[in-house]
Amino acid sequence: MASVAAGAEAAPGVVPRKRRFMERRSWIALLIFLPPSLILFTVFVVLPMIDAATFSFFNWNGYGPITDFVGFKNYDDVLTHRNFGTAVRNSLIVVAVSLLIQLPLAMWCAIALSERSVNINVLRTIFFLPFMLAEVAAGLIWKFVYDGNYGLLPIIGDTIGVEMPFVLADKFWVIPAIMLVITWKYFGFHMMIFIAGLQSIPSEVVEAARLDGVKKWQIVRHIKIPMIRSAIVISVFFAITGALQLFDIIIPLTNGGPSHTSHTIVTFLYQFGILRMKLGFGGAVSVLLFIACVVVALAYRRVLFRVEQT
Amino acid sequence: MATAKKRRAPVSPLQWLTLLVVAAFVLVPFYTTALGGFKEIGELRVNPFGFPASWDPVRFVEILGGPRYFSSLWNSFLIAAGTVVLSTLVASMTAFALAHIKFFGSKFILGYLMLGLLFPAATGILPLFIKMRDLGMLDSQWGIVLVQVAFSVSFSVLLFHNFFKELPKELIDAARMDNCGYVRIYWYVTLPLCLPIIATVGVFNFVGSWNSFLLPLIVLNSEAKYTWPLGIMQFQGQFGSDWPRILAFLTLSIMPAIAFFLLAQRYVISGLTGGAVKG
Repeated sequence: MASVAAGAEAAPGVVPRKRRFMERRSWIALLIFLPPSLILFTVFVVLPMIDAATFSFFNWNGYGPITDFVGFKNYDDVLTHRNFGTAVRNSLIVVAVSLLIQLPLAMWCAIALSERSVNINVLRTIFFLPFMLAEVAAGLIWKFVYDGNYGLLPIIGDTIGVEMPFVLADKFWVIPAIMLVITWKYFGFHMMIFIAGLQSIPSEVVEAARLDGVKKWQIVRHIKIPMIRSAIVISVFFAITGALQLFDIIIPLTNGGPSHTSHTIVTFLYQFGILRMKLGFGGAVSVLLFIACVVVALAYRRVLFRVEQT
Repeated sequence: MATAKKRRAPVSPLQWLTLLVVAAFVLVPFYTTALGGFKEIGELRVNPFGFPASWDPVRFVEILGGPRYFSSLWNSFLIAAGTVVLSTLVASMTAFALAHIKFFGSKFILGYLMLGLLFPAATGILPLFIKMRDLGMLDSQWGIVLVQVAFSVSFSVLLFHNFFKELPKELIDAARMDNCGYVRIYWYVTLPLCLPIIATVGVFNFVGSWNSFLLPLIVLNSEAKYTWPLGIMQFQGQFGSDWPRILAFLTLSIMPAIAFFLLAQRYVISGLTGGAVKG
């Protein structure tokens, strides 16, 4: 209240004094507004990444001083770890399946569901439902579906006369099984992005093409898809970064098994870095993952920039 | 006339067919999960898709009466609510300062906070664990809240900042002319105007916190503080392949989230796609 009174006195007075007064005030505002987010972000997001880089050059078990400098040995250990290659390969498979199966499926559904004249909000909601579900719950639901004794898969196998393997315990089938779950879980999200993009296309454009006798799928191919390029670029970006941080859904499904064949980069980090408290090793994995993410993000910015230019 | 009508039909039969197949693909796991809680274990094998022989809710009653269900949901709710309130405040304050107060370095600070969008939070999880241990935040719900707020700062500030920039400048200027300080402008002018974006950011962070697994997994030790994803993993570990019991627990655990989603759908979707598609 006191400050308001002081302001009222200053207001009719000389202009420069008033300005200086306001400047001081805006500094007070900045001191209230900025530190909470900056401190939290620095302490819990930025510093841990710097720590990870530091740890990665030491052999440290988490207690006492960090002294045992080992150079690049941790990186060497990670890169030559027999399961690291599998983890990277699996993460790349997730990217490939997302781009080649999930996004086209999402696009197919989005094209149908973005038609304004069709009132099928129910379907949209249904398709988006798995995305809202916690990964852990989705993983457990599908663990049941795949269960070799009581699940749905063996029953479907029986009806078509095929002996189904215990897919989650099978070194070959476990990856396709996980990919199906990932498609189930995430295609609705990409579909929503595409729908938002498709609905932002001015209807006159489509209408004009239609009056000119352009066929429906030609409109889709030559007008609609090119016009939502930026939505597609964003979808691709989310698919890639999502694949790089896949964790929650793997733990309930397979926990990385059988024989460590279904690890992703983050479950690998959890299994071999966190659970065994190998900070140097875990730090090296973190740094490699960080570099991968930054490369993807920078490449994405370039692509996005090019898309906006054209 | 017939051809005109035909051309106007926007969705072809083939599309309808695939949509229905996909809908079945999405719904069947939910459907069997919901019914599985009512079935005996042998019944799962012989009668997977039909209705259960009896609608006896014995397992559901047992879970609802047990110690775990409500306490784990309540823990998750407390953490999610704390995260939403704090992150909304913190992020909107920062975004307000960056959007409306001119000062040297504001662009730099925005860029610094946006670094968080470059890499997923899981990347630094191991050093984060050490940091929380050194700060005495292990096994603490407040610890999880603070870290989740830190994780969400980048995206929340981005959404708020985009929104604040669109507000008419005259409004802020008028308030300034009336000798209203920035803190009061923020609280009495800007916040009431940005309820839609608060809802979007809030719902987004709530869902993220409600579903989060990795962070509580490494931070929480005592069972009394377990959030529901931890609780359900523990339940599953304990009952192995007693699927009817696990499915009943699953059904009860995901029901609040599904109900919430159906109510708040609009905000969830605008949060996810709004930030994305504009760019």
